[in-house]
Amino acid sequence: MGKYKMHILICSGAGCRASASELIQNKFELVLKAKGLENEVQVVTTACFGFCEKGPIVKILPDNTFYIEVKPEDAEEIIEEHIIKGRQVSRLLYAATINKEVVSNAQNSGLHKKQIRVALRNCGFIDPENIEEYIARDGYSALGKCFEMLPQTVVDVIKESGLRGRGGGGFPTGLKWEIASKYKADQKYVVCNADEGDPGAFMDRSILEGDPHSVLEAMAICAYSIGADQGIIYVRAEYPLAIERLKVAINQARQYGLLGNDILGSGFNFDVEMRYGAGAFVCGEETALIYSMEGLRGEPTIKPPFPTESGYKGKPTNVNNVETFANIPVIINKGAKWFSSIGTEKSKGTKVFALAGNINNVGLIEVPMGTTLREVIYEIGGGIKDGKKFKAVQTGGPSGGCLTEKHLDTPIDFDNLLAAGSMMGSGGMIVMDEDDCMVSMAKFYIEFSVEESCGKCTPCRIGNKRLYEILDKITKGEGTLNDLDLLRNLSGVIKDTSLCGLGQTSPNPVLSTLDNFYDEYIAHIVDHKCPAGRFKALLQYAINPELCVGCTLCAKNCPVNCISGERKKAHVIDFEKCIKCGACMDACKFNAISIQ
Amino acid sequence: MEQMIKLTIDNKDIEVVQGTTILEAAKIIGVDIPTLCYMHLEDLDIEHNPGGCRICVVEVEGRKNLASSCNTKCVAGMNIKTHSMRVLNARKTVMELILSDHPADCLVCAKSGNCDLQTMANNLGVREIHYKGEQSTYRVDYSPSIIRDMDKCIMCRRCETMCNVVQTVGALSAINRGFETVVSPAFEMNLEKSPCTYCGQCVAVCPTGALTEKDHTNHLIGDLADPNKTVIVQTAPAVRAALGEEFGMVPGILVTGKMVAALRNLGFDRVFDTDFAADLTIMEEGTELLQRLDAFLKGDKKVKLPILTSCCPAWVNFFEHHFPDMKDIPSTARSPQQIFGSIAKTYLANKMGIKREDMTVVSVMPCLAKKYECQRDEFKVDGDPDVNYSITTRELANLIKQANMDFVTLPDEDFDNPLGESTGAGVIFGITGGVIEAAIRTAYEIYTGKTLEKVDFVSFRGMEGVRSAKVDFNGLELNIGIAHGLGNARKLLEEIRDGKSQYHAIEIMACPGGCIGGGGQPLHHGDASIIAKRAAALYREDAGKAIRKSHENPYIIKLYEEFLGKPCGELSHKLLHTHYFDRKDVIE
Repeated sequence: MGKYKMHILICSGAGCRASASELIQNKFELVLKAKGLENEVQVVTTACFGFCEKGPIVKILPDNTFYIEVKPEDAEEIIEEHIIKGRQVSRLLYAATINKEVVSNAQNSGLHKKQIRVALRNCGFIDPENIEEYIARDGYSALGKCFEMLPQTVVDVIKESGLRGRGGGGFPTGLKWEIASKYKADQKYVVCNADEGDPGAFMDRSILEGDPHSVLEAMAICAYSIGADQGIIYVRAEYPLAIERLKVAINQARQYGLLGNDILGSGFNFDVEMRYGAGAFVCGEETALIYSMEGLRGEPTIKPPFPTESGYKGKPTNVNNVETFANIPVIINKGAKWFSSIGTEKSKGTKVFALAGNINNVGLIEVPMGTTLREVIYEIGGGIKDGKKFKAVQTGGPSGGCLTEKHLDTPIDFDNLLAAGSMMGSGGMIVMDEDDCMVSMAKFYIEFSVEESCGKCTPCRIGNKRLYEILDKITKGEGTLNDLDLLRNLSGVIKDTSLCGLGQTSPNPVLSTLDNFYDEYIAHIVDHKCPAGRFKALLQYAINPELCVGCTLCAKNCPVNCISGERKKAHVIDFEKCIKCGACMDACKFNAISIQ
Repeated sequence: MEQMIKLTIDNKDIEVVQGTTILEAAKIIGVDIPTLCYMHLEDLDIEHNPGGCRICVVEVEGRKNLASSCNTKCVAGMNIKTHSMRVLNARKTVMELILSDHPADCLVCAKSGNCDLQTMANNLGVREIHYKGEQSTYRVDYSPSIIRDMDKCIMCRRCETMCNVVQTVGALSAINRGFETVVSPAFEMNLEKSPCTYCGQCVAVCPTGALTEKDHTNHLIGDLADPNKTVIVQTAPAVRAALGEEFGMVPGILVTGKMVAALRNLGFDRVFDTDFAADLTIMEEGTELLQRLDAFLKGDKKVKLPILTSCCPAWVNFFEHHFPDMKDIPSTARSPQQIFGSIAKTYLANKMGIKREDMTVVSVMPCLAKKYECQRDEFKVDGDPDVNYSITTRELANLIKQANMDFVTLPDEDFDNPLGESTGAGVIFGITGGVIEAAIRTAYEIYTGKTLEKVDFVSFRGMEGVRSAKVDFNGLELNIGIAHGLGNARKLLEEIRDGKSQYHAIEIMACPGGCIGGGGQPLHHGDASIIAKRAAALYREDAGKAIRKSHENPYIIKLYEEFLGKPCGELSHKLLHTHYFDRKDVIE
């Protein structure tokens, strides 16, 4: 970023682009030109800063001021005030929700204070469509470094770093590479799993959109260490921007001799091609992903054999997730020791989370393993929206479970989340408040699993459907206590007998809500009430006998004649007959009727 | 050397070869773990173990979830429980889930009493379905041969393996996802619009009533009851080698005489033998082979070799769909079923003094494709089919049961004549390698003018998917190829297309094992050794026949004298030969 005095960084992540960040960019460029500043100030489009809640985000360097919810018409003012006169435009600064303290410097905000950016190190700092910006930030130097090491030494560094797969399973990455490197074959493959599918998760997309070269570089490093010469990125077709940026990156890397034959004069050949997925969740499972790449129906098969032994086209194939790859170049550059100094005993490094739900700062964050849920939710996430009470946080997407108040001080890592009845998953984190119904939350996730089951094995294909039907019955107030036994048994059997990870984890939201919010199930079943007041079917209109004067107006307006009572005496609603139309409440002039 | 590993199953120590699955290991010590989707046809080298049904799960100590025994390999030191509380509950729950999406109409299901799902549910002691909910509702797909009632499908996907892997037809595959997943032709089209050949191998392995044959017995009962109709029946060779199984007889017993008695008892006016038509087929096909061979050897560039047999209607469908560019290679001789129908409605009707339209010709076949074949337009005269109805071995068994016969004790009876006399050559038409063996017996004697010293061509026999043999025709070495199963046929066809084929003649049968393993035969329920037993029965019948060469059949000689003239003559061409169509559009 040499010759320019100042830089205006405009987020072009999918979220901000959806809010017209491209127009903002045009406007800034126009205004700069009009003021003759185009040679002093550069407009750079970057990828996601992570603060999607308040996008579009514009950041000014070198002073690191960040503006939120910027509109094209603000460009004039920002340039006039900030760039020319050096005064921040205070109305566009972020005011922290909790203490209302105005935060101007990106590094000082609660949002960023607890974060360490490893996988996201370049996101929001470089132009993802310009390889030189990546190279300027040590890009491809790790690959060069690897060429001076033996392949096995590279594997050893990754093993030593303690990096575990970020796609969900948490399998030690170095070990996977080592296994893949041990198989002898005429052809091996390195596959990048970019089939991100958890509801609300978008960390892989952000990395691909914001820092595609880090993934390409890591794939090349992996290929070098296991003896592969072909890489494939399996990315879902519904990530068009990620695909576009990957294409640009692959072409640029080829032009720079960083992909192709004899990379950096090392004699090592490696190239990358892309495959597009149709967006089936199960294709994130590596055996299903390989089937899909082969043009077959995306269905998992039993392991072993693992893909490292027999994968794509029956050849040894190392499959890693996007975020896992994004960590690799840094580990090579800064060393295994540095990486393993971050995190907990068994979970090293950082983890990117997509923070969503009823939380003030929705967005993408990267924290060291071991950060507590409380820090994530209250300090980084800015607490619960509208001052509501925290109820639960769902981690691990549809395969995870919900964690409650009692888990808030649990340091986040693979093993702790598992022990608490949830899992790391790929990093989705959805926060729920007191108004969220946990039965319907479980139903939502099961519905997802029902839709995303590939249909190959019985428990996942039919079992999840039955789980959904029982939950649906309960949310409609038609459940019985026996249904709870059925839910438990069926959940257990689905976990115990399903063929792949999807079915083996799909009942987790049911089991964890049964464990943590049993009372809510009972309220739905026994009291026919939803404590969170979510379902019309479970609403009850009731007449307060203190306020009712017995005017009979409600009874006259009731279309199903379910209100009875003598004139001038308190009336009563027959809940069995009531159709919950609300006509009585509208008719009552004494505010005696309310919803319970 | 194979590495042995030690493990424990149900408290019994066992040593197995590395690579053995838990299911196979358990079998060695007499533990029969229940399976549903799993299928292993050892004799045919067909294995299907997707691990989809999850009925065969077992508990492996130290493992967090249960393991599907059909595709989990034994590991040294494993401690396996096949019937712990946890396993039994899981198995029963999974079965309840399957049943919760399965119509409870067993009483009227075509598979009742013969259904693997029904048997398994009973064995697992399922007496109540705790999980109830939405059931699949698919429209029933009626094709000329096969009925698909996918509400009864349990997604075992054996049919897919047969259709795609074994037969390489590619008509059936899983579509949609989750609860909506169903095995179907592409875009949920009807089977009739798919590349389906009606080989019926999907029906042969379907564990439930999802895939069944189209039942034609009702039409036939109506014709039998019609006093104005003369109803005659022909029975294919493979039927007599399997029909007894439907009545509890051990596989491999020939029931020719009982079958004839039963058919006569059912009210058929004449009971004839498709074997007679097979002999006639040999006269035509054998002559055609020699003519083509002769022209080829003389350097006629228009004549192509190898010549391919054309008796199998599923095979005909297959090459019309997948290899229409080679439709001039197969013999033009019609199949024995159609040759019989054609002769019956001309020669026989004339002899009996009845009009064509008053005659109903029924065939009893081991085959589902025959149902389609007899409806093809080229086998009709003014809209009247040469063969009116084709029923399967299973349908005949059902008719016999309905007619209150004690099949096992029926006294043997003989076929009627003139279309009931056959040679050993006609009998072996039902087995892979049999048609070409029969053809060579006749072609050899005609070509060389010598009498065959050894009638049995043992080198043509066996269950290997693709076989080849050489025959010495007076110094001319003839290369013979044999394939059964359409996947194997494809290999030979691709060789021909690539100009690499060394064969002069190739026999192809669509079904593994030949007609004895046809889609209309009594269900083998995964025991493919039954097919070899049926083969042995037919070879026994051949060996016991007084006449074993088609051209020596006195009624065939008489037929040519009285009616047809000479093989491949003008009338033969009209009545006994056919032509093929380019039907590539169904697969594009």
